[in-house]
Amino acid sequence: MTDSALTPPLTKTAPASSLRRWWHGSSRLRFLIVFTVVVLGLWEWGCWVTGVRSFTFPAPSLVWRELIADPVWLAQNTAYSLGAALAGFAISVALGLLLSIGIVYSRILDRTLFTSLVATNAIPKVAIAPLFVLWIGTGIESKVLMAVLVSIFPMVVDSVVGLRSVDPGTLDLARTYRGSNLQIFWKIRFPGALPSIFAGMKVAISLALVGTIVGEFVGSNWGLGFVILQSQGQFNTPRVFAAIFVLSVLGILLYQAVDLIERRAMPWHVSHRNRHDDH
Amino acid sequence: MTMAAASAQADMADNSGVQAADALVKLRSVYKTYQSERGNVLALENVNLDIRQGEFLSLLGPSGCGKSTLLRCLAGLERISSGEVWVRGNELAGPPEDLGIVFQRDMLLDWRTVLDNVLLPLEFLRRPTKGYVEPALKLLETFGLRRSADRYPWELSGGMRQRVAICRALLSDPALLLMDEPFGALDAITRDNLNIELQRIWTQTHKTILFITHSISEAILLSNRVAVMARDPGRIEEIVEVDLPWPRTLAMRETPEFIHHAAAVRKIFERLGAFTG
Repeated sequence: MTDSALTPPLTKTAPASSLRRWWHGSSRLRFLIVFTVVVLGLWEWGCWVTGVRSFTFPAPSLVWRELIADPVWLAQNTAYSLGAALAGFAISVALGLLLSIGIVYSRILDRTLFTSLVATNAIPKVAIAPLFVLWIGTGIESKVLMAVLVSIFPMVVDSVVGLRSVDPGTLDLARTYRGSNLQIFWKIRFPGALPSIFAGMKVAISLALVGTIVGEFVGSNWGLGFVILQSQGQFNTPRVFAAIFVLSVLGILLYQAVDLIERRAMPWHVSHRNRHDDH
Repeated sequence: MTMAAASAQADMADNSGVQAADALVKLRSVYKTYQSERGNVLALENVNLDIRQGEFLSLLGPSGCGKSTLLRCLAGLERISSGEVWVRGNELAGPPEDLGIVFQRDMLLDWRTVLDNVLLPLEFLRRPTKGYVEPALKLLETFGLRRSADRYPWELSGGMRQRVAICRALLSDPALLLMDEPFGALDAITRDNLNIELQRIWTQTHKTILFITHSISEAILLSNRVAVMARDPGRIEEIVEVDLPWPRTLAMRETPEFIHHAAAVRKIFERLGAFTG
């Protein structure tokens, strides 16, 4: 068989074949698509067959109609929640790292701060949300604060574990060469703690979103939490579902973003190692 | 003990010691006790030792005889309980300058390439690493690691990793090299290869090396002298001179002279009851 015999049909069906290649390339994606289509189909079918009322349990087509009904308004509310969650996450990461460094290096902070942090974590933080609205109003600040409060605990706990679990042998090595505490921190402790720190960040990013929505539930005129509460009051259940859908997509994207940063930050870590084929 | 008394004792020891003037490191009546739940444990008892300039000295003994403790005290990682340690005429306070150290585990940092791992001590010593990149690559070359300079530790075998650790210890060109069972975790063949490579490095540079092992044949193969240690309490029992010719080869282990030395050392352990428990 010659090249010329092969080429024409290939070029003719180029878009279809690249699509086919993509389809065959990722079995995980293929499974996900098929699974989603089947679930949505069953859901839609079930709604029409049982005749369940849309304000009790809306069909996917109705949810979709809500999603595209007022995209600008929905996008604005999404941006509000995203902004609050990201701000809360950023504060939580920065503050969490600082606190954990303090806890690791200071016995007093370990005994006071860490202990009280563990104790206060037992309080359901959702229960204190109304207090924040009382103290700092219904603006975005109370949402950010709620996000910080909910997400900082795993951040601190995981960072402390990471910073503490440094190999004593590498510390001996550093001390033999008279490395300063600052050098030991930046060259050994901190890079060694990165896997734990990122584990904490992955939990924290999801919790920051939870905190934001709780904050919005308690008192807000903006955000996806507000959209859910308002639509529920109007018995507009399809819109509640639409907001929840956006929220879950947001959650997945934020998690994936942290995961991507993790891969970039520590390609050396066991979980990201891809052996080169050249040896 | 007053300073005058201390120096007087050191002088006495100098006069009685053999070739003490050439000693890079002197240990005088060194004791080390640990506090434990069962009370004080005597890890080192009355250790007197001279490590001569340029010699290869092995500390040989069973687990728990204090050989690692002795090395850690020399490296400034632990304080001695009493006695004196002198390095080049200065009494030891903290990690001495001009020191290289290799542990049983390689202690390579996962997030650094081989080259960056080798440069790490110079960063701690606050020396500009730029000028050391070429020497580092040359050093890696002598261990057959030139092509692995940009690899990460997890891409290397155990033997290669330990070679990197040796390069890391050698790069600052230390006068004293401390090696704490550096080949203890390696397979026998890799261990043999590294013994020969280490001997080559030593004969080329004539660094003073303190080498810890619990293998009689490894100690005899590599050393000028072998300090045989005993446990409970940890102490130096006897120092054996190894007068085998250089360079030593792996095949030498089957010669009568080598076997004679090994038997002599083994007899010390037998006398100590090390083999009967």
